[in-house]
Amino acid sequence: MTATTAPGLVAARPSRQAAGSAFIALLSRDARVLWKTKFAFALRTIIQPALTVFVFAYVFPKIGQGVGGAGGSSAFSTLLAPGLIAVALIFQGIQAVALPLVQEFGYTREIEDRVMAPLPVWLIAGEKIASGAIQALIAACVVLPFVYWIPLTPVHLSFHWFEVLTVTPLACLLGASLGLTIGTRIEPRQVPLLFSVIVLPMTFLGCAYYPWKSLQAIRWLQVLVLVNPLVYMSEGLRMSMTNVPHMATWGIYTALIAFTALLAGLGITGFKKRVLS
Amino acid sequence: MTTTTPSPSPDGATPTDSDAVIFCAGLSKTFPGRAGAPTVAAVNELSLSVHRGEIFGLLGPNGAGKTTTVGMLTTRTIPTGGRAIVGGIDVIAHPSAAKQVIGVVPQINTLDRSLTVQENLFFHGRYFGMNSRMAKQRTAELLEQFRLTERAKADTVTLSGGMAQRLMVARAIMHRPQVLFLDEPTAGLDPQSRIALWEVVQELHGQGQTILLTTHYMEEADQLCNRLAIMDHGRILALDTPAELKRSLGAETEIILNATGDMDALAGAFASVDGVERTKAVEGSVRVYLSGSTQSALPVLINRAMEAGFTITDAKALEPTLESVFIDLTGRDLRE
Repeated sequence: MTATTAPGLVAARPSRQAAGSAFIALLSRDARVLWKTKFAFALRTIIQPALTVFVFAYVFPKIGQGVGGAGGSSAFSTLLAPGLIAVALIFQGIQAVALPLVQEFGYTREIEDRVMAPLPVWLIAGEKIASGAIQALIAACVVLPFVYWIPLTPVHLSFHWFEVLTVTPLACLLGASLGLTIGTRIEPRQVPLLFSVIVLPMTFLGCAYYPWKSLQAIRWLQVLVLVNPLVYMSEGLRMSMTNVPHMATWGIYTALIAFTALLAGLGITGFKKRVLS
Repeated sequence: MTTTTPSPSPDGATPTDSDAVIFCAGLSKTFPGRAGAPTVAAVNELSLSVHRGEIFGLLGPNGAGKTTTVGMLTTRTIPTGGRAIVGGIDVIAHPSAAKQVIGVVPQINTLDRSLTVQENLFFHGRYFGMNSRMAKQRTAELLEQFRLTERAKADTVTLSGGMAQRLMVARAIMHRPQVLFLDEPTAGLDPQSRIALWEVVQELHGQGQTILLTTHYMEEADQLCNRLAIMDHGRILALDTPAELKRSLGAETEIILNATGDMDALAGAFASVDGVERTKAVEGSVRVYLSGSTQSALPVLINRAMEAGFTITDAKALEPTLESVFIDLTGRDLRE
């Protein structure tokens, strides 16, 4: 009955090494899927910000409808650019991380095979964040020329490289972590609600279309929006790539780090709950 | 009744059986009851060991605890008690190391729908540390072995149920695991695909692959398994080879008599008939286990029933099956 040992049986490799190569392989799987869906990725990334700048910073000035307040339309298109990139990062978190996970957990269960890869479950969730952050970074690069070239009036970008190189990765990680938290906590039937209840309020009240300082005129709103992580992403990018006045630097960094840690923690816990019983 | 073999040492120390690829002792899983309901023991003090190269089956009805057991052995369900060692690795203490040596085919189609047939295999190999060349080579091998070469570039959603199942098995053995877990591998397959899958399993067995499968099809357990454990309510009721389990009934023939009325009384009426080894009252019928021939016993049984005031509505004789064993152990039918 007992047969001989199967040929080529693997003995367990050191766990750390196995986990490292599995992590890279999971990323390369996501890269393959992204490459296959590159056109869909480009469309879903570009359309929303491109239309926003087109309407607000091209059509409005052309037809003489005023947006942008006292500073004029050039100031408006300048502060709009980083805001729309921040919104793109949030959307990427939702579309690259949250929506696939909602599908996979709630319906197709196709995540199962990746969960059986030889790495700890928290690291599989971590890979989702890493992959989402990379896609967010690509999205930011894709969106940038659109928000720069479309407006009728010049966009005054001035890159502060230390801020660019620190805020951008943090903002990307934050967007992906938010996606993981949402993706592990909602059911497929709640997806339509996700957009109207979470995404829309977040983007409209996320200081993407106006700087946080200008909310001084509506003090209660200025305080209320502080719970919205997008505020710090918008303000952080504004600080990194423009000379528009922004909220305190330390506040931006503290909040970006704290929200990333909080949401990554919630996301990883949620992921574990969904795959382990 | 057959007991679990080999029994673990009382202190739960190392497996006594050096050939064991799977060893578990006192393995338990209790799920918390929802909204004040009592806790549910899905698996209760389960102990068994599976030898290298063996096809081992867990046979039982839905809810017997088979999937929970597989879940615990494959790191997905965290036990509330006991120990489990697979391929020499403590599954509970080192889940990600254990994942290296197991392959799993779950009950549902979990193929990566964003990837093609061959990419499903290729990336699985990459997850398990194969370099690109090795993964490509093994992918080609497996596509050939599982007759999927023609569909290599197809989307997985276009595969038939049988093909998808074969691809899942191919994927699970891609990294040459020490143990292959098949959870209800043929549930939902058409008869032809089921037989094709049985052939695949036999072939892997021939190559020395250790396999643990769960099933609620007694024919499947009978056909495929070298040894099997019959499970119900989270416990192992009997564990042996299919032949031994059937022999444990101590009967060459089984007669099922359907009647109305008090089945226990009817069973009692049969007890003294010549050749009757044992009787078992099951809802709506009495099962009579015979050591002798059917021809001589059947008329006697029917007469006896009539004398006792029962009307027999149906009678059939058969060779004892694993289902008979299950019914003998639980008083319930396996198919519910």
